[in-house]
Amino acid sequence: MSYQWNWGIFLSPAASGDGSYLSWMLSGLQTTILLSLSAWLIALALGSLMGVLRTVPHKGLATLAATYVEVFRNIPLLVQLFIWYFVLPELLPFGLGDAFKQKLDPVTQQFVSAMVCLGFFTSARVCEQVRSGINALPRGQKNAGLALGFTLPQTYRHVLLPMAFRLVVPPLTSEFLNIFKNSAVCSTIGLLELAAQGRQLVDYTAQPYESFIAVTLLYLAINVIVMSLMRVVEAKTRVPGYLGGK
Amino acid sequence: MYEFDWSSIPGALPFLWEGMKVSLEITVTAVLFGIVWGTLLAMMRLSPVKPLGWFAAGYVNLFRSIPLVMVLLWFFLIVPQFLKGVFNLDPNTDVRFTSAMIGFALFESAYYSEIIRAGIQSVPKGQVSAASALGMTYAQAMRLVVLPQAFRNMVPLLLTQAIVLFQDTSLVYVSALADFFGAAYKVGDRDGRLVELLLFAGAVYFVLCFAASQLVRRYQKKLNAHVAH
Repeated sequence: MSYQWNWGIFLSPAASGDGSYLSWMLSGLQTTILLSLSAWLIALALGSLMGVLRTVPHKGLATLAATYVEVFRNIPLLVQLFIWYFVLPELLPFGLGDAFKQKLDPVTQQFVSAMVCLGFFTSARVCEQVRSGINALPRGQKNAGLALGFTLPQTYRHVLLPMAFRLVVPPLTSEFLNIFKNSAVCSTIGLLELAAQGRQLVDYTAQPYESFIAVTLLYLAINVIVMSLMRVVEAKTRVPGYLGGK
Repeated sequence: MYEFDWSSIPGALPFLWEGMKVSLEITVTAVLFGIVWGTLLAMMRLSPVKPLGWFAAGYVNLFRSIPLVMVLLWFFLIVPQFLKGVFNLDPNTDVRFTSAMIGFALFESAYYSEIIRAGIQSVPKGQVSAASALGMTYAQAMRLVVLPQAFRNMVPLLLTQAIVLFQDTSLVYVSALADFFGAAYKVGDRDGRLVELLLFAGAVYFVLCFAASQLVRRYQKKLNAHVAH
């Protein structure tokens, strides 16, 4: 084979004129991390809310949350992303859609769509974990809370949720890892995150192996870092006496 | 307000059906490949031969740490070039789609392997001991005693994973393969009716996956009732 390896390619000035190819990579990495973290906040907030709704003794609310989960679990992420990005701005009422398309620059449009899409997609998974965490608690805990005169929201707030959240940290770790991997799908709408930068580098430098190996290693690094961070969180939040606890 | 115009869908149905056939073909191939290769990986991982275990663990962890999009791009852009260089293939042979397909199947195998490993481990150890006490070799014990039981417990999980995999097939979009989603996007783009076609594609995926997951759930209930008696 006659392939010329050239790892120095990352330091040579990029075709865009500003910075090196390394700076392309780093800006892609930055976008991937920012996107995943902001989507994770949405996923945690929405997922916790929906997870609680799935367990409340109110048929309507529980059905609503169950439907929510089914919708976001049974449509491929890519299709959801295209719907958020291409369809929703057309359908938003009161000129909101036009404002989105005209007032925001394209990069912001892509980022916002990707963030909301990943957030909602992951929230359905978070919801199921939170629900199973709440259901894993002995029924006596809820009854005890109510017997002490707590209202139902107070029982959730002070008795059920503090325990449930500690129980679901391990499964949430894997959802947190997934959100970084799933963020690569957002390269399809033109968002220049890590995978897209890697692909762009192939086109510009004719050094496909170096750029793809670098991108793959960066994804592996994200994985390792997130896992070791979460291991610390898991150790801190572990409940003594429960499976996996001390 | 946006005015819907669904008129481009009826005429495009045959084309969309062709795309759906590609999606289903990819799904079936990858599921079969995933179960076979996944079983081998799981057995390697649990085998007493250390290097085999390391290989399987490395394989599974690697594929589970990389986004599917990256794997598809590797197998669509890089691997074909590499193969051409190594085997001196005719520059006109297009192995990109086959390569992307193999990449997809290799990726999904890692996930299948984890399900199957858990299934094998759910079979009580005493069964293997009993089998060897009866004079069976390790391979015989696996084939005749452990795997049949493991697979019966795993069927619902394997099917659920197949639904996930069917959804994953939409990502072959990055390799420009004309699956169902790719076909829907093409029609929408051609007729300037992306909104309608994307909503239609979403609805089709939803109906198929929701129905399939309900069937799996019912099957699981039946299985549980059977085990309980």
